[in-house]
Amino acid sequence: MSYIHQISDGDKEFETKLLRVIKKELPEEAKIYSQNISKKNYLGAASNVHKIKHKIIILGLPKSHEFADNYENKLRSGIAKEEAKFEKILQQMLIFIDKH
Amino acid sequence: MKCIIIDDEEMARTIIEQFIKKNPHIEFVGEFSNAMQAFKFLQQETIDLIFLDIHMPDFTGFDFIQTLKNPPNIILTTSDRNFAIEAFEYDCIVDYIVKPVSQERFDKAVQKALNFKAPENPQDITTSINKAENDLYVNIDRRLIKIDIPTIYLIEAKGDYILIKTSEKNYTVHSTLKKIEEKLPENVFFKIHRSYIINTQKIIDIEDNSVLIEKFVVPVSRNNKPELLKRLNLL
Repeated sequence: MSYIHQISDGDKEFETKLLRVIKKELPEEAKIYSQNISKKNYLGAASNVHKIKHKIIILGLPKSHEFADNYENKLRSGIAKEEAKFEKILQQMLIFIDKH
Repeated sequence: MKCIIIDDEEMARTIIEQFIKKNPHIEFVGEFSNAMQAFKFLQQETIDLIFLDIHMPDFTGFDFIQTLKNPPNIILTTSDRNFAIEAFEYDCIVDYIVKPVSQERFDKAVQKALNFKAPENPQDITTSINKAENDLYVNIDRRLIKIDIPTIYLIEAKGDYILIKTSEKNYTVHSTLKKIEEKLPENVFFKIHRSYIINTQKIIDIEDNSVLIEKFVVPVSRNNKPELLKRLNLL
């Protein structure tokens, strides 16, 4: 949340708006990502991870961001071995935004 | 400076809009989730600066720039550092900022845009549209490749793929004849057989139930031959 506080510069209205957008967008992106993984459309899944990783860093999870960056590259090469770990990160993010 | 945002991610647009509102030198005019929406908007409005994402479905930021004959100043916003070198091959790109963006880095990029020599002409949308109508983008190996439509002389169905033959090179694309037919000018291209679409302007001769295009003999289905002959300037 520190990045959000930093860019909002105390603008609570903006913070609320941004969290509302993340709450709306992240579950949609997670759903499309899961569909692409199920269909073994790894290229599509890589594009989804690309978008999601921006949210990972916005929510202040630098280690998960680094993992997502590598995972995205692997997906582009057709390797989806670390799917379970990324799924765990996604679930943590979804729980986190649900609380805010 | 009037500016717009083009990014398929709403969160990214929300953040950039906030930065724009805090910067006294630029004016927020609009935001677009895809390049085509922005393209339509630019037909009506002249703007000075675009905050443009690179990774977008269907049409990347670079594809978008190529559709503008005289693009306005552009600041690329991306989560990917790998395109920095490619970015600076475009004269209109003022800066390249990597997400997540800070207000300080954003303001620095805007300052660069203010100091940057303005394009001599605002974006020439009419020409761009005419140009864009002649272009077809196909997805091959994760890249959108531009094909100049008038150079296409033959398209052949090959299972789940189509083979596009042009005067310059051939392209194998995962698509169908039906899909590509919708993208081509119908007064020029004609489906003469269930497996072939031809550019009627490239016909060399017609013999019985076949057409010679470049060096290829292509079958014409019996049902389609009358329509093909109707399209030709017969003496």
